Amino acid sequence: MLVSIVLIPLMLGLLALVMPWKGARRALLIAGAAYHSAMTVFLGLFRKDAYTSGAWIGLDSQGLLFLAITSALFLAVAIYTTGYLGRDSERKVRDSVEGFLFSNEPEAIFIACLLLFLTSMSMVCISRDMGLLWVAVEATTLVSAPLITFHRHHRSLEATWKYLLICSVGIAIALLGNYFLAFAGHGKTHLNLDNLVAGAGLLDQTWLKAAFLMLLVGYGTKMGMVPMHTWLPDAHSEAPSMVSALLSGALLNCAFLGILRGHTVLAAAGLGEFSGELLVFFGMLSMAVAAAFMIRQNDYKRMLAYSSIEHMGILALGVGLGGLAGTGAMLHAVNHSITKGLLFLVSGHLLFTYGSKKTYDVRHVIRTAPLTGILWVAGFLAITGAPPFGAFLSEVTILKGMLEADRWGIAIGYLAVLAVIFIAMARIVIPMAFGLPQQDQPVEESPLSKKEPLWFAGPAMVMAFIILALGLYIPGSVWNFLGQAAAMKGGF
Amino acid sequence: MIVWTDIFILMLVLADFRLLATSRLAAVIQTTVLQAIALSAFMLTIADRPWPLLLIFLSLVTLTVKGVILPWLLNRAMREAGVQREIEPIVGYSASVLIGMILLGLSFLIFIPLKSSVSVESSFLLPGALFTTLTGLLMIVSRKNALTQVAGYLVMENGVYAFGAALAVEEPLLVEMGVLLDVFVAVFVMGITVYQISREFDHIDTDRLSELKD
Repeated sequence: MLVSIVLIPLMLGLLALVMPWKGARRALLIAGAAYHSAMTVFLGLFRKDAYTSGAWIGLDSQGLLFLAITSALFLAVAIYTTGYLGRDSERKVRDSVEGFLFSNEPEAIFIACLLLFLTSMSMVCISRDMGLLWVAVEATTLVSAPLITFHRHHRSLEATWKYLLICSVGIAIALLGNYFLAFAGHGKTHLNLDNLVAGAGLLDQTWLKAAFLMLLVGYGTKMGMVPMHTWLPDAHSEAPSMVSALLSGALLNCAFLGILRGHTVLAAAGLGEFSGELLVFFGMLSMAVAAAFMIRQNDYKRMLAYSSIEHMGILALGVGLGGLAGTGAMLHAVNHSITKGLLFLVSGHLLFTYGSKKTYDVRHVIRTAPLTGILWVAGFLAITGAPPFGAFLSEVTILKGMLEADRWGIAIGYLAVLAVIFIAMARIVIPMAFGLPQQDQPVEESPLSKKEPLWFAGPAMVMAFIILALGLYIPGSVWNFLGQAAAMKGGF
Repeated sequence: MIVWTDIFILMLVLADFRLLATSRLAAVIQTTVLQAIALSAFMLTIADRPWPLLLIFLSLVTLTVKGVILPWLLNRAMREAGVQREIEPIVGYSASVLIGMILLGLSFLIFIPLKSSVSVESSFLLPGALFTTLTGLLMIVSRKNALTQVAGYLVMENGVYAFGAALAVEEPLLVEMGVLLDVFVAVFVMGITVYQISREFDHIDTDRLSELKD
C-alpha cells in the first residue's frame, strides 16, 4: 500500500516519457497527482497499517506531515501545469528580460520529470532509513534539474548549473554525515531510524556530533540555509512558476526532513541541546540575511525566493528551540508551503500578463487583473504573518514557545526581522497592486487574453481559502498530531 | 592485508596530487580511473578472506561505474564541448599542490581526537578519504572549467565513498547500490548540462556564468 505512492507516479512518469499523445500525457499527470492525494488521505486515516518498527519505509508523523504538504501542492501544480502547457508549450515565447525568442523543453520530458519529482519526494517522506533517505534526496536534485531549464535559454542554464553543482556537493557532504553516523554506531548499527533511536545511548558522542554537522551542512544546502543558499534565488527565479512553487513548498521541506531525522537521533542520544542550538543559530542567520536581500529587491520572483529562505530559517529556529516552538514550526511548514505555492502561481500569472519580472514594470494589478491583484495582496499578508491567515497563528505559536523557554534575546531578534521583512515586502507589493502605471510607458497589448483562466484561478483560490481557514480554526486533533511530529521521538 | 590497504590508500592520495597539478582534462579523467581502481581494490583488502560474494560484486560494480562508465561519459562530454585543458584556474597549479599538502596535514590532525570506533586497522584510511574529499572540493572551487568541476565532484564522491567502503561489510548493499546509481545519474545530468552550456555559450567557463545575482 505505502509503496504504491512511490511506484504509481514512477510508472506514470516513465509512461509519460513514451506517450505520443499530448492530451493523454497531461491526463497522466493529473492521474498521478489525484492518486497520490487520495492515497495520502487514506494512509493518513489508517496510518497504523503503514508503520512497522524497523522497516525500510513507514509513515511516521513527521513523514506524513511533509507527505501531505507535498501531495496537496502537487495536485494544485498539476492542474495549473495542464493549462500552462496548453498555452505555452508549443509556441515560441518571448523572453521577459532580454526580448529574444526561445522554445521550451519537450513536454514529454517536462511531465515525466514532474512525476519523477513527486516520486522522489514521496520516497524522502516515507524513508525510515538514513541511507535510503539520502538516495531519495539526491534523486530529487537530479530529476528537478530538467524542470528548472524548461525555458531553454542561457539564464535558466546558468541557474540549473548552479543548482546541480551546489546541491550535489551539499548532498555528498550529507552522505559523509551518514557514514559518520555509522562510525558513531561502531559500524554495527544499521542506519535505520528505529535502530538508531533505540540504541542511541551506545553511540559514540564525538562522531555523532560530527555526523550532525555534516547532515546540517549537506541537507541545509538543499534547504536553502544561509550561507549555503546561493543557488536558491537563481533557480527559483528562472524556473517556470509552478516549478518554483514545488521547489519552495515541497522540496525545501523534504531537505529539512533530513535534518529533522538527524536531530531526532541526537536528541535520543542526549545531544539535543547541541543540535538544537546549531539549528537556532543557522535559523536566525538565514532569517536576517534573507531580510537584508529583500530590502530594495526589484525582481518579484527573487523576492519570493528570499522569503523562502527566511521561512526555512523560521522552521529551523522553531525546531531548534523545541517544545511549543517546535509544534509551531510544524504548523508553519504547512502554512508556508501553501502560501508560497499560491504566491508563485500568482507570480506566474503576473509574469504572463506584464511580461516582466521587474517590480517597477508591474503596476495597478488590482485594475488590470482584479482577481490576481487580490490574491497577490492576500498572499503577501499571509506570508508576512499578518492576521487572519495561517502563518500569523504559527508565528505567534513559535513566539510563545520562545517566551516559555525564556529566550528573550531570540524573541526580540525574531520580531525585529519579521518587522523588517513586512516593511520590505510591503514596499514592493503594495505599489505593484495599487500603484498607478507610469504615463510614458503604455502597457503593450498582448494578443492573448489577460483574464484569469480557470486552471490558474481554481487552484489559487482553493489555496487562498486553505490558508485563511488555517488561520481561523485548527482542531485539537490536528494540534495533537503536530505536537507528535515536533516531539522528535522518531517513531509513530 | 593492512599493507595492501595502506598501498591503495596511498594510491588514492597520490592521484589527488596529480589531479591538483595538471591542467589537461584528459589527464584528470585518467586519474579518476586510477582512483576507481584503488577504491574498488581496497574495499576488498579491508574484509577478511574468503571475501563475501556481495562484497566482490559491490567492488566490481564500483569499478565498472566509477572506472569505466563515468570516465567514458566525461570523455564524450569533453570531445563534444571541444575543450582540452583548463586555461586560467582561479588558484594556480603549484599553489593548489601546496594547499593540498596543508590539507593532507590537517586531515591527519582532525582524526587524532576522532578515534576510529570501527575496526579499521589502517591509520591512513580515514585521513586519506577525507583528503580525497577535500581535494574534490578544492577542484570545484578553484577551477573554472565546468568539466573539471564535474570531475571534482566525482573525486569528492570518491573520498566520501572511501569512508563508506570502510563500512562496506556492515552497510546494506541496497544503499551502496543506490549511492552508486545516484552518482552515475548525477554525472550524466551534469554532462548533459555542460553540453547544453557549450552549445548556448560557446564556452564552458563557469566564472562567465554570472548574469544571475543581486
